[in-house]
Amino acid sequence: MIQGIDYAAIAPPLILAVGAVALLLADAFDVPRRLLGPICGGALAAALAAVVALAAGDRRATFCLPGDLRAGGPPSCSYVADDFTLLFQGIVLAAALIVVLLSLREIGASKMPAGEYHFLLLAAIIGALTLVAARDLVLLVVALETLSLPVFALVALRRYDGAASEAALKLFLVSVVSAAVMLFGISLVYGATGAMHLDRIAPALERLPADLEPVAAVGVVLVLAGFGFKVAAVPFHFWAPDVYQGAPLPVAAFLSVVSKAAGFAGLAIVLALGFPAYGHVWGPLVAVLAALTMTLGNLMALRQRTAIRLLAWSSIAQSGYMIAPLAVGARRLPEAVAATTAYVALYAAMNLGAFAVVIAFHAGRRRWQTLDDFRGLARTSPAAAAALAFFLICLAGLPPGVMGLFAKVVVFRATVAGGVTWLAVVMAINTVIGLYYYLAWAARLFAPGPAEAADAGPAVRAAIAATAAGAIVLSAAPQLVLQTVSAVT
Amino acid sequence: MILVLMTAIPLAGALLLLLPADRFLPGDAAVRRYGLGVSGAALLVAVSAAAAFDFGATSRMQLEVDGAWAPAIGLRFHLGVDGISLPLVVLTALLTFLCFVHLAKHPPAGGAARLLVGLLLVLEVGLLGTFVALDMVLFFVFFEVVLIPMYVVIARWGGPARRAAANKFILYTLLGSGLLLAGMLLVAVNAGTLDMTGLAARHGSGVTRGVQITAFLLMGLGFAVKAPMWPLHTWLPDAHTEAPTVGSVLLAGVLLKMGTYGLVRVALPAAPDGAEFWAPWLGFLAVAGIVYGALACLAQRDLKRMIAFSSVGHMGFVLLGIATLTPVGINAALFGNIAHGLITGLLFFLAGAVKDRYGTGDLDALGGGMLAAAPRLAAFLTFACVASMGLPGLAGFWGELLALMGSYQPHAGLPRETFVTFMAVAALGAVLTAAYFLRLLAKITHGRPGAAGPVAAISPYEYAAWTPLIALTLLVGLWPKTLLDVTTAPVRALLGGG
Repeated sequence: MIQGIDYAAIAPPLILAVGAVALLLADAFDVPRRLLGPICGGALAAALAAVVALAAGDRRATFCLPGDLRAGGPPSCSYVADDFTLLFQGIVLAAALIVVLLSLREIGASKMPAGEYHFLLLAAIIGALTLVAARDLVLLVVALETLSLPVFALVALRRYDGAASEAALKLFLVSVVSAAVMLFGISLVYGATGAMHLDRIAPALERLPADLEPVAAVGVVLVLAGFGFKVAAVPFHFWAPDVYQGAPLPVAAFLSVVSKAAGFAGLAIVLALGFPAYGHVWGPLVAVLAALTMTLGNLMALRQRTAIRLLAWSSIAQSGYMIAPLAVGARRLPEAVAATTAYVALYAAMNLGAFAVVIAFHAGRRRWQTLDDFRGLARTSPAAAAALAFFLICLAGLPPGVMGLFAKVVVFRATVAGGVTWLAVVMAINTVIGLYYYLAWAARLFAPGPAEAADAGPAVRAAIAATAAGAIVLSAAPQLVLQTVSAVT
Repeated sequence: MILVLMTAIPLAGALLLLLPADRFLPGDAAVRRYGLGVSGAALLVAVSAAAAFDFGATSRMQLEVDGAWAPAIGLRFHLGVDGISLPLVVLTALLTFLCFVHLAKHPPAGGAARLLVGLLLVLEVGLLGTFVALDMVLFFVFFEVVLIPMYVVIARWGGPARRAAANKFILYTLLGSGLLLAGMLLVAVNAGTLDMTGLAARHGSGVTRGVQITAFLLMGLGFAVKAPMWPLHTWLPDAHTEAPTVGSVLLAGVLLKMGTYGLVRVALPAAPDGAEFWAPWLGFLAVAGIVYGALACLAQRDLKRMIAFSSVGHMGFVLLGIATLTPVGINAALFGNIAHGLITGLLFFLAGAVKDRYGTGDLDALGGGMLAAAPRLAAFLTFACVASMGLPGLAGFWGELLALMGSYQPHAGLPRETFVTFMAVAALGAVLTAAYFLRLLAKITHGRPGAAGPVAAISPYEYAAWTPLIALTLLVGLWPKTLLDVTTAPVRALLGGG
């Protein structure tokens, strides 16, 4: 059998693959190290351009089943570049560009090998891009592993640092276990339905014989668990704080934004396209996971004294809000997916911004900055302090951070519309807990104190400026994201 | 468009202050004058909006602006005023302006006038926006806009325990707004619209009773925190006491009204069945607040704290009026809102003036004899206290009397005996109110003056800030029809009557 490949559809990951190989070669042939970052950024920008070009055109799909194997069923394409995919690819690439900007100086300061760093980063992003386009379970798993494997190495790249190695090992073990769990789940689903493509699994699950239903249900739950690890949902969250702390800060930012966005896209794809028939099984489960995730994340964040661990726990809590709309099960699912997507998009901008300022402030120092070290930052670096305060208020979801407020509104709306009002109440209580620590941090910036100036060179400044500009634009006009997202899903 | 202009002026004024200080308005005095000008312009626009308002059709939404904002989630940029919101809009613009008048010569200790002026202008945007928004999400956005500025005003310029008070204020109110959001969206998704006029016109049809009961509970809790309703009031005494004078005035004068206005504008019309279910509870808590507020006032030793607790009692009357679900009761509530805004605003101005002059708000430390030491200030204080205790002929009287009348004859679906009991207990609370204000006056205005030195005279700016409030208190007290005529028709329409 011969499969036609639509190279235009897979252009974004393909461009990055070429870029990654080029980087590796360039590093081997002693191209000056200062060029490696721009090459990496250039590849990402080219891929982003490809995504934009694809978005202007029609839906594309490739790696489809040839007509004679379809048996009258749907076309069953493994890789689909529809609006949903392209939106997430756009988010991933834009966020990755910021991560590259954040990395430039950190690589030198932490004595990490630049070539490997950029190669691994691009490899992970290829995984993310493929993950959001994957429409069959095998490609999903492959993409998920492509996303995860380079990250272990990235976390451990500061070879002299024991904490980094420990973090990498922890991430590796949790990841491998969750991958195994997920594969087992997939095997059960395959066993029950005889299909790997999501558009075949969905109808098969609907007309499953009664004796196979428990098998499929267990399979669905186990697949969900696999993604739970990727998005750091409770109880698969405990790797996050240690890994964020041990990893180079830009890698932590990558984990908390890029990798998480891809994870949520994958989760939404699998639940909405593959398993809607089992909404009564995974819906309540997701609801409980969401409630636990946000509550535990927020409560633990309250107790943190260092900036990076606070961001880690807060990003766990934010995962809880993001996953909450999916708790509706099969009821009004498109609306729920739109809400999750909108939250992920808005969260990417504000969380990356917060990371960017923390990186600027950390700037190569060995010690971890406690929240109290930020006292007086408003005096030494007023722009950075104002930006950080704005990002934190956005994360808390209060005006003037209107984007954060709207993120909360869409999530509340989808949750309530799906009839899970109790979860909305839990969320309301959680926003209060969240506000406390975000506000306590933001207030410290303006308190009197001896903070050192935050400056990590032009690249990080550009990253802060870009994220701040994004946050301000989206706060003034949140409908930009809301409209795009609902048009897409 | 006039409403857009009204909210845009303070917003633009606040944004302009982001320009570098050495280029734009250097010096604190210039910034304070600028704030006065901007809020004056907003007041002018608000007054011209009132002039353009057709008082022959107060139940119709007027001066509307309605444009699509985010059609994907049905969000519209919809503003408008009717007889319910117009008085509050004018009150907000007036009180903010008077705060800037006061600020022009009496800035709170703590400097940073630029920041303070900017924050107060943003606060004004949120307050005005809340009263003119007709889309639930838009309403919510404006509702939330006030939180951060008020938090910073308390935390930056407040008294010794400001940090804790500010935290308590923002955490409490955010909890309320989270529940409020859930409740509003619950109604909205079931009714399929976010438009408040549309929801009000349906009188709850299309939303099941169970959903309405849940939604009213959530929205009611949200608004009750803001109002505040006993036992959710505990943020209020701290916030009011620690806030600087302008903060206290806006907090008591306008911010609390967002809660009661929200109940009348959003919760009642969107979930009438839920309102009927919860009304006896609302009435009970309102009455408990009245009695509790009065008793707590009797035990206070600090002037500002006592006025803060008196707010709990007064807002109890407002809530009791709402709980009756009758036109009389809700008119009483809206009347009480305005009266409380005028009188308590004035009281906080005066308390601030006393604190500035004596350096303390402690009743024992103040001693007695203010009438001898500072006769004018004491006279103003006496007037404000007498107005606040509800003397006939002043604004405070009508709101309370009508609320009591409303609970004598509550809505047909409500248990009458319960409400008559509420009425009796609330009347007792009104007597207690008189008791604590008289105690206050006896303690500080009468008696022999202490050893304190000469007390500074009242400045022209203070006269300018206080006189309009006194004039309006008299006007509304002597001719209550001026206000009742505006609110009666829309309240009837809201309750489904003709």
